[in-house]
Amino acid sequence: MVDTACKPAAGVERVRVTIDGIETTVAHGSTILDAARAAGVEIPTLCYLREINEIGACRICVVEVEGVSHLVAACNSPVSDGMTVRTDTQRVRSARRTNLQLILSRHDRRCPTCFRNGTCLLQSLADRMAIHDVPFPTRFDTTPVDKRFPLVKEPAKCISCLRCVSVCEKRQALSVWALVDSGSRSRVDAVAKDRCSYCGQCITHCPTGALHERSDIVRVFDALEDDEMITIAQIAPSVRTSWHEGLGLDARDATTGRLTAAVRKLGFDYVFDTDFAADMTIMEEGSELLHRFDSGASGPMFTSCCPGWVRFLKARYPHMVPLLSTTKSPQQIFGALAKTYYAELLGVDPSKLFVAAYMPCIAKKAECAYPGHAVTDAGFDVDAVLTVRELQRQIKSRFVNVGLLEEEEFDAPLGTASGAGHIFGVTGGVMEAALRSACFLATGENPDPDAFSEVRYDGIDKGWREQTFSFAGRTLRVATASGLANADALCAAIDAGEAHYDFVEVMACPGGCVGGGGQPVCEGVERAASRGMRLRAIDACSPLRFSHENPAVQACYDDFLGAPLSDKAERLLHGSHDAWSMPCFVGVDGPVDTARR
Amino acid sequence: MGIAEGFAAPSLHARLSAQCDDTARRLGATARGTCPVDMTRALAEVAHAQSCGKCVPCRIGLASVSHMLEEIIDGKAEPDAPSRLGALAEHIRDTSDCAIGYQAAEQVLMSLAAFRDDFEQHMRHGSCLRSSSQGVPCVVSCPAQVDVPGYIALTAAGRYDDAVELIRKDNPFPSACAYVCEHPCEQTCRRALVDDAINIRGLKRYAVDHAAPSRAVSRLDATGKRVAVVGAGPSGLSAAYYLARLGHDVVVYEKRAQSGGMLRYGIPSYRFPREVLDAEIASIEAAGVRIRCGVDVADAAAVERLRAEYDAVYVAIGAHGDKKAGIEGEDAAGVVSAVSLLRGIGDGVMPDWRGRDVCVVGGGNVAMDAARTAVRLGAAHVTVAYRRRIADMTALPEEIEGAIADGCRIADLMAPVRIVRDAAGSVCALELQPQVTGPVRGGRPAPVKADRPLVGVPCSIVVMAIGQEVQSGPFSEAGLACDRKTLTVDDRLRCIGIDGVYAGGDCMRGPASAIAAIADGKRAARSIDEDLGYRRRLFLDMTLPPVRLDDRAPWGRAVLAERAPEQRRHDFELIEHGFSHQEMRQEAARCLNCDHFGCGILHKEGRMAW
Repeated sequence: MVDTACKPAAGVERVRVTIDGIETTVAHGSTILDAARAAGVEIPTLCYLREINEIGACRICVVEVEGVSHLVAACNSPVSDGMTVRTDTQRVRSARRTNLQLILSRHDRRCPTCFRNGTCLLQSLADRMAIHDVPFPTRFDTTPVDKRFPLVKEPAKCISCLRCVSVCEKRQALSVWALVDSGSRSRVDAVAKDRCSYCGQCITHCPTGALHERSDIVRVFDALEDDEMITIAQIAPSVRTSWHEGLGLDARDATTGRLTAAVRKLGFDYVFDTDFAADMTIMEEGSELLHRFDSGASGPMFTSCCPGWVRFLKARYPHMVPLLSTTKSPQQIFGALAKTYYAELLGVDPSKLFVAAYMPCIAKKAECAYPGHAVTDAGFDVDAVLTVRELQRQIKSRFVNVGLLEEEEFDAPLGTASGAGHIFGVTGGVMEAALRSACFLATGENPDPDAFSEVRYDGIDKGWREQTFSFAGRTLRVATASGLANADALCAAIDAGEAHYDFVEVMACPGGCVGGGGQPVCEGVERAASRGMRLRAIDACSPLRFSHENPAVQACYDDFLGAPLSDKAERLLHGSHDAWSMPCFVGVDGPVDTARR
Repeated sequence: MGIAEGFAAPSLHARLSAQCDDTARRLGATARGTCPVDMTRALAEVAHAQSCGKCVPCRIGLASVSHMLEEIIDGKAEPDAPSRLGALAEHIRDTSDCAIGYQAAEQVLMSLAAFRDDFEQHMRHGSCLRSSSQGVPCVVSCPAQVDVPGYIALTAAGRYDDAVELIRKDNPFPSACAYVCEHPCEQTCRRALVDDAINIRGLKRYAVDHAAPSRAVSRLDATGKRVAVVGAGPSGLSAAYYLARLGHDVVVYEKRAQSGGMLRYGIPSYRFPREVLDAEIASIEAAGVRIRCGVDVADAAAVERLRAEYDAVYVAIGAHGDKKAGIEGEDAAGVVSAVSLLRGIGDGVMPDWRGRDVCVVGGGNVAMDAARTAVRLGAAHVTVAYRRRIADMTALPEEIEGAIADGCRIADLMAPVRIVRDAAGSVCALELQPQVTGPVRGGRPAPVKADRPLVGVPCSIVVMAIGQEVQSGPFSEAGLACDRKTLTVDDRLRCIGIDGVYAGGDCMRGPASAIAAIADGKRAARSIDEDLGYRRRLFLDMTLPPVRLDDRAPWGRAVLAERAPEQRRHDFELIEHGFSHQEMRQEAARCLNCDHFGCGILHKEGRMAW
């Protein structure tokens, strides 16, 4: 149920506020920060994250309010009628400077080697506030950094802004992070590593380099340098919506063709599209859904393409794991087909192939190394998973001027994809793609490709959406959710017998992969909605709109797999969810016994 | 040292002393969840600062103590650090020349013993057992976690109905708590860091006195599950209220003629008017709770019948048995227990004690209630005999002061040894053995027999108020585990020994407060609901007024006025006046809004739900 609690309260009064001499009128209950923005006055913020972290911890946004003796935080102090605020007095400037200097004195300021050099809010604030000295003794947490797992925390760079705590608790309902200990020893630490989904929302909402992914760049560059290896790249749907952010490339020029060219420029022998594998996923998952539905199985079928969601379900609702589709995720389907089907096409031993995946995701770094996935004896099906940020670092480090690159095509055949495959990267997309093909599989006729547009939702919603569709005498009840807090509510409702569905799509990150934890960090802006619209536009313009019409998919079945759910397809493209259970800490070489150092 | 400095010294000390008083108040309001190991370190450093520096163990040893504590806190200490710390503290205790040293060491030793788990956690992980986000002090100190800053803000805004509604989210007895709560919330009130705790109970009193009669509350869809509650006191009725709202069918069985438990049969009406209690119970019944008075669950068979008939049973029978002192003459005519005296009055049975001399034995709140009741029944003289000092009484200070103002005489350091009978077998005096205060045991000085002769206090009535016990016979016979008559439960209030039976309130914890009993009822409702296969929540649709930003100027704490003793001691009418509107506004404006400022803001999620 989409929550309607955010509706404007009846009879909203407006209040008059004067900010730096500018008079403005805002809704009752607005914060001073809201009012200042309405008046065109900029107040710097650091810990503040709209609706997620309005806690007044960093004290950078302090302002003077007439009649109040002390300075108040603008980010969470409500305005009152007739309030007069001053944001640019000597007292305010000095207070902000001192607080930022205090924060900097507890921060490892070796910025040049930091992952967030250039995208760090602390760095840019120090620059904006012209702070070039820190008059307090510098001392920071020197606990050694554990770099084995997909999600890395560097305590030396943590400024205890609590954004990660809030986003993990409120958006993802996980509460992995917490403020621990008290007094001088208080700090943010993981208190529930066991249930971490590796969604990476804490990373994309961290203002500094305290949280980041494990860097796998070097492993990929090493493979690219190895003449013995045939290197293959696969690029996930949502990467094409965001790869240019921060590369100085205009969105209009950031075409998929230019992305393909840039990745090929890195030295890959073959550049393929994960969206082909998404189409394969639809064939398998759609068939599985119909089979399951027609056999009268109880309970819904859950999508399994999001590894953050799978980790969440295994940790929180282990008894519901049997509801997960057995179809592997597109990343893993791609890896399995690359090392079997494509190795056969090339006539090489799979051990000669190195598959790198460019993903908007942290959890995919764990997924490729889970036990039970590999379909050949030649290591993992996917050898390395890199985030969009890592892709950008690779491109930058090779001094590739992407703007000057000519557009190029993906290689064939694993580079051909339909619009249905493209929308895997946005909430509701898997559902819509599956319904398009399920409808065909059930009726033998294509529906209007936009027949299921009701499942679309561009943005970060609260709750989940449900629809009912009828075709070929079947009535299918479906639900979609993104963000694990929403998923939690949905699971609880299903578990309690309060909600009944046949097919449920869940993506761990708000908005889907376009809002993924491996996406470029964009301070203060949630880009999931705009990136999602880009994916939908790509789908709308695609000559192919149905997974089952993808000729590469058809060829793969005709020449190699036979049919969806064939024995071979089951062996390569499906997997048991029993191979591992939570907690599961996964390093580069697979599960690690304990997360303790 | 110049002369001027010598003269300045006293005023310098006065300033330091004032600063230390402020710090003492600050320490008194230490939030729940504070790390006791870190506090031990900080207090050891305070002690070290007090050291004059003459003697080795104190001057140097205390520095080592804080250094060792630092290492322990950071998890950098060797495994034997706690025992080395203990050995050093014992050494300082045993060899220090004065109390500055040996008392500091004693504190460290007590801390080592009391917070063993915390020390171990720090040793092993270098982190704390407690959460540094301590929550809102008044809320976490309230056993029922009532949203105190929320209802204070609503009261200040004149939204009294909403204030009561918000309280009822967590506590279906807003009025009872407005009149008689022991207000543990005020103990950790952060305002004490500025001047003094907020008068929280006074503000709640204003809200309940000015709210319209309670609105009907929503109920979730009926579940078809049936729950029996034994005992219609605060705990039983709280459980019943929440269970009914969660959609279960609840019946409360009450042995006495009327419901209310100790709120009726323990607390005199001059503290809590009967009509207010009746209205409160009516509001609970309005949630769908059915109360059957006069039904005694008297034996094991009756317990079994309830278990067979209902899906769950909550036992909240209170502690209505009286304890005997075991002194000679206790069976004489004219000796009554406080429990039975107050119970009779609860049902309107008013003995005529006009002109009689009454002795009350005991030092708790019940003794004060009995003494003040005796005054109102017309007693000529009322003497409260207590074997320790007044300062050692467990009664609240305001109750003791009230009793004295009502005209009761407190005979402290007097141990009753014998009740003297006249020829007819009736009481004619209480014989007391004077005591002197003695060595501290279990935190309180124990009385020691004084070298003075017995004292006789002539009286015709003796009220024994030396404690209550749980009448758990039928339940222990039915198989419920008991520990010295109180029922034993697990951490979800499930009785040990029999499935589907829960217990809470005084019968589980021994005589305690109404708010603790209410909180148990609420917890039991949650446990029962979950064990019946549900996990539903109750929501409140309410927006709180915006916080105030100007709350830092020190300001006196407003107190509730009382009727003059010469008027009030002749009747059972309410003693305490509520705040005026002016006082309410002023007192509410002192609230520091710890729900918004400090770490309280981290706990806003789910605030409007239970």
